[in-house]
Amino acid sequence: MSSGELPGPAPGERMRPEGRRNTQGIRIDPEAEATHQPRHAVLSALVKHEPGVLAEVSGLFSRRQFNIESLTVGPTTDDDVARMTIVIEEPEPGVEQAKKQLRKLIPTIAVEELEPEAMRRELALVKVQGEKPDDIQSVAEMYGGQAVDASTDAVTVEITGSKQKIDAAIEAFEQFEVEEVVRTGAAALGRGEETMDANGYSEE
Amino acid sequence: MSERAFHHDPEPEPSADDEDEASEDAREVTTGAEAAIIALEEAGVDMAFGVQGGAIMPVYDALYDSDIEHITMAHEQGAAHAADAYGIVSGDPGVAMATSGPGATNLVTGIADASMDSDPMIALTGQVATDFVGNDAFQEVDTVGITQPITKQNYFAGDPDTLGEDVSEAFALADAGRQGPTLVDLPKDASKAETDVQPVSPETPETYHPPETADEAVIEAAAEALEAADRPAILSGGGVIKGEANDELRAFAREYEIPVITTMPGLGSFPETDELSLGMAGMHGTGAANMAITNCDVLLGVGTRFDDRLTGGVDTFAPDAEVIHVEIDPAEINKNIYADYPLLGDAERVLEQLDDALTDAPAAETWREQCQTWKSEYPLDYETPEDEPLKPQYVVERFAELADDDAIVTTGVGQHQMWACQFWTYTEPRTWVSSNGLGTMGYGVPSAIGAKLGAPDREVVTFDGDGSFLMTMQELSVAVREDLDITYVILNNEAIGMVRQWQDGFYEGRRMASEYPWIPEFDLLAESFGARGFRLEEYDEVDDVIQEAREYDGPAVIDAIIDPGENVYPMVPSGGDNGQFALSEDQLDNL
Repeated sequence: MSSGELPGPAPGERMRPEGRRNTQGIRIDPEAEATHQPRHAVLSALVKHEPGVLAEVSGLFSRRQFNIESLTVGPTTDDDVARMTIVIEEPEPGVEQAKKQLRKLIPTIAVEELEPEAMRRELALVKVQGEKPDDIQSVAEMYGGQAVDASTDAVTVEITGSKQKIDAAIEAFEQFEVEEVVRTGAAALGRGEETMDANGYSEE
Repeated sequence: MSERAFHHDPEPEPSADDEDEASEDAREVTTGAEAAIIALEEAGVDMAFGVQGGAIMPVYDALYDSDIEHITMAHEQGAAHAADAYGIVSGDPGVAMATSGPGATNLVTGIADASMDSDPMIALTGQVATDFVGNDAFQEVDTVGITQPITKQNYFAGDPDTLGEDVSEAFALADAGRQGPTLVDLPKDASKAETDVQPVSPETPETYHPPETADEAVIEAAAEALEAADRPAILSGGGVIKGEANDELRAFAREYEIPVITTMPGLGSFPETDELSLGMAGMHGTGAANMAITNCDVLLGVGTRFDDRLTGGVDTFAPDAEVIHVEIDPAEINKNIYADYPLLGDAERVLEQLDDALTDAPAAETWREQCQTWKSEYPLDYETPEDEPLKPQYVVERFAELADDDAIVTTGVGQHQMWACQFWTYTEPRTWVSSNGLGTMGYGVPSAIGAKLGAPDREVVTFDGDGSFLMTMQELSVAVREDLDITYVILNNEAIGMVRQWQDGFYEGRRMASEYPWIPEFDLLAESFGARGFRLEEYDEVDDVIQEAREYDGPAVIDAIIDPGENVYPMVPSGGDNGQFALSEDQLDNL
């Protein structure tokens, strides 16, 4: 039932370029081609403070298969504007596409990728068994934390800091048996006098 | 019910002299629903496609007093496709309306279709009253949630005072920058509530800034690369048509004598009758276009997103080419194909910038000769044995010959669509109306209605498949009711032919669920709708039947019984090398 053959030289008989592109569509020297290492990128976004924006942003990332490590959102000094901090782990080209897709959303005012040295903090509440309150207090102090709730059976400690510091603190608390943990994900700001507005990060 | 409920004839248009007076006498908004309709009027809307239903009734009630003509469709999917096609041929956003729940979900395919093809469209959906939202009320669905990934922006218009502004903004956004669909969800209580806030003229939100002109330094660098090219090619995409850059692109290609390849949505942006035209590239593109795109050394892509059906495998796509990418959407740069020279902006203006920056045409005489050689080496061809069933290509080719030069072609999706690409000769923009990106079977029947109403003076022909036609054929009732002069040609092979072609090529001929020997006789079916029906089986009837159907003043359906063994070639297998297109099924096996 197959159709007849169309005229013209068959595939093997045609001019054929030597070059190739990689999976990102970049022309390559196959021998020099290196694979991109995944990296953590911290994106800071100013968005319109209106209902549905968080769903729109988180939906965008999941639909396009970007891995979100954390996403935080909160109001700013401008009632109409909210600020999001999004930490994603992606191969290099993925980060660029994520930024562009995020910028494309209509409620998005500005998107910047923060430098690795940007200030990053997250907060954790760690609930541990309360049998040794003094020991718990000392460990909490080691990590600059404090107990915020205590009962006969449990103590809850608040810790603020970098992801690594909180990881370490939680590990240290394991000796008291950690009952529950909640973490906020990163909130981040660029260092120095630069601030972010509709045009991105710039000096005032 | 009175006839008005089905089809509301508009009042006579006010003449230009009355215009000032008319605006003084403009209706005062009294409800949210009126604000929505007056916002559409302010935006210049004169037609909407939709289906009535409970939650949208207040909005339809406001339409009763409006000059906007409402076309009642048989199914909401039909409304979305008709609005989409109206948008394609007119360049202005088409309007689709539906009620909440199933009305809204039935629009979804059409909205997704518009999103993939960047077609301008605004959808208005009814919604249950705000008190009921979230309670799983009757005909409630999270329309805003469902349509978020397939709209440029959507709105839950729960406040009657801002409802009109939401509609205005949605309209403006659908039309601006890279066009696309928007949606406004209208809860019934907000539509019914009183408001006196008059809608403003459409404006995009302050956060929306589509780029206009490209960076001059990149323009200079791109111009230098183009001038130095030995093997330059232009890839003209749908954005050329959407951006009204057809004239600039044509002038540019001719001035610098650069061969032009089109994408599927780009059909008509450059006349296929021009010597520089190589036709469409991609999976079922011409041999010349695929050879040229594979072997060029500078590729100027304008208004294209380098879709996978165009590129084939990325590794072998234009592997020697520096890519100049003219694009209005920053998120398309480097998405699929890396742009050595990203030129962000409006296609028309960026082509002007590039023209200003170029001093000499590339010295590409040998390359142009090579392209002409490919054109003669790889003609689109087919056999016409007179004693065998009709070849579909012949039907398309004859129709193209007999039709008006500026006739509009709409299609369903499948083999017939590819034959309509290959064997019709496209010379003008906005003559190709198809589901390019989403590949929506069933697009054909309703798209013809939208196209005809969007361009009433133009001939409209739809090539459809038997499978595609079955999916939306109820819209034929609308074409009959509106007395639309449309010629539908069903290239009937009693199969969902493209799937069957792939089964034969890639699944060892295991034809699972692809053959349709149970389909109705479409000519008789058409007659039962009140359309004219024709059955076409013989070569010597082709011209007569086409002419009779064209001359019939109203919708006509030609059921063309074609050779069921005919397949679409050339073919680049999915993810394959464009330059290694197969000319037959046997060649597929060796790739």
